[in-house]
Amino acid sequence: MRNLLILGAGTAGTMMANKLRKELSTEDWNITIVDQYKTHYYQPGFLFIPFGIYKKEDVVKPKSDFFPIGVNVIYSKIDKIVPEENKVLLDEGQVLKYDYLIIATGTKTSPEEVEGLKGSQWNKSVFDFYTIEGSVALAEFFKSWKGGKLVVNVAELPYKCPVAPLEFVFLADAFFTERGMRDKVDITLATPLPGAFTKPKATKLLGGLLEEKNIKIIPDYNISSLDNEQKTIVDYGGTVIPFDCLVTVPTNKGDDMLERSGMGDDLNFVPTDKNTLKAENYDNIFVLGDASNIPTSKAGSVAHFASEILTENILCSIEGRPMTASFDGHANCYIVTGHGKGTLIDFNYTTEPLPGNFPMPGIGPFGLLKITRMNYYGKMLFRWIYWHVLLKGKEMPISANMTMVGKKL
Amino acid sequence: MAQKQFSGVTVDVNDEGYFTNSSQWTIDIAKAIAIEEGIQLSDKHIDVLSFIRKSVAGGAALTIRSMGKSGIVDVKEFYGLFPGAPLKKATKIAGVPKPTSCI
Repeated sequence: MRNLLILGAGTAGTMMANKLRKELSTEDWNITIVDQYKTHYYQPGFLFIPFGIYKKEDVVKPKSDFFPIGVNVIYSKIDKIVPEENKVLLDEGQVLKYDYLIIATGTKTSPEEVEGLKGSQWNKSVFDFYTIEGSVALAEFFKSWKGGKLVVNVAELPYKCPVAPLEFVFLADAFFTERGMRDKVDITLATPLPGAFTKPKATKLLGGLLEEKNIKIIPDYNISSLDNEQKTIVDYGGTVIPFDCLVTVPTNKGDDMLERSGMGDDLNFVPTDKNTLKAENYDNIFVLGDASNIPTSKAGSVAHFASEILTENILCSIEGRPMTASFDGHANCYIVTGHGKGTLIDFNYTTEPLPGNFPMPGIGPFGLLKITRMNYYGKMLFRWIYWHVLLKGKEMPISANMTMVGKKL
Repeated sequence: MAQKQFSGVTVDVNDEGYFTNSSQWTIDIAKAIAIEEGIQLSDKHIDVLSFIRKSVAGGAALTIRSMGKSGIVDVKEFYGLFPGAPLKKATKIAGVPKPTSCI
């Protein structure tokens, strides 16, 4: 009997448990998945909670709903991986041996990385919307807020779901407009990026939207500290921004367990081959989702596309064949732009987001780099797809690697 | 491909002025680029540039954070040496490609 071990039962780990249980015979392979938490959060839904569009109940289900029959589930913290001995130590002293290991422990926010960020104003006038606690606290705050300076700040690159801060400011603009108090709210986005996005065509569209909605952007902003008494942030360049409400996207780091295992980079992300998804330096360890350092977005869509490549490569590796599948960095992001509309971007390591239709050329129904109602429905419909299709590892009618079909250069 | 002259030497650069052939770099050229960026190179600057060239040659992806951990400067000092957008300026002067922010 051989052992395949998956660390982390979020989007990436759960998908792999489902896919591999179908592929690997139960007579030859044990599959075990480990996670310290019992609740699965639909993380794309956190964005909507501050604006009252979703409530906590809308984004929560037990993890156990999504594991297939025939997978061992262990709820425990992980102490560390000992890759030289092909074993994982759990917190309670339990030792798990593996033949193959998949690291899918994701990324988490670390507000401690910026001086003063998690200080006396935390969850009073300083909030995040990348945790359920933060987005619920912000929803409460917005209910009675009289307006003032709303500053959205991204602390550091890379961070999960790169378009979320843009969606946040678009939704804030719509929310305060609908409440008849937009003139009392001054919205600023301070980001380390050189503009609204990194690639030219998407930056043009999204930057234009910010201007149209009277949202100020301060690019190349690298926060150094927060002053809780003055309610200001300052960056390394010396630029001070006062706020009445600060919404932060804190530094993202991989799991501390990877630091203890000596397997992470300086942000605890695991050095990973961007095409095969194998951990560099280890032949029987693979990395899926936000836990890796591959140069693409940290997003569920990426984990989903990469899961198909990883399944194929693990099977190749187990059978002693060369790994035949190669990931191209494919990401696909619905971007809510406010007032029931949205846009869509589809891109990979080498191709920037281009205009066109998706997934069918000329038909769509979704428009790439266009602002449409249908794109918004796509985003809202996605929650159902996530729970019922994606997590369970079922086939989706979208190819794992990006296609140029339907795109216009 | 664009070309640019620095202290009498012609080098290959891209549209944004970043070197496309890192081996064409010399200290004299660095000094000339630095002046264009409004910076007079000190020994500390040159230590930082050498670290950047060595890291990039070794395949590392540079970030503001990794510069802060370089042991040569902390992040504040890095900003002090290359004011404004330190990583963009320092990589340009060091004759290496502009770091890509992958999001």
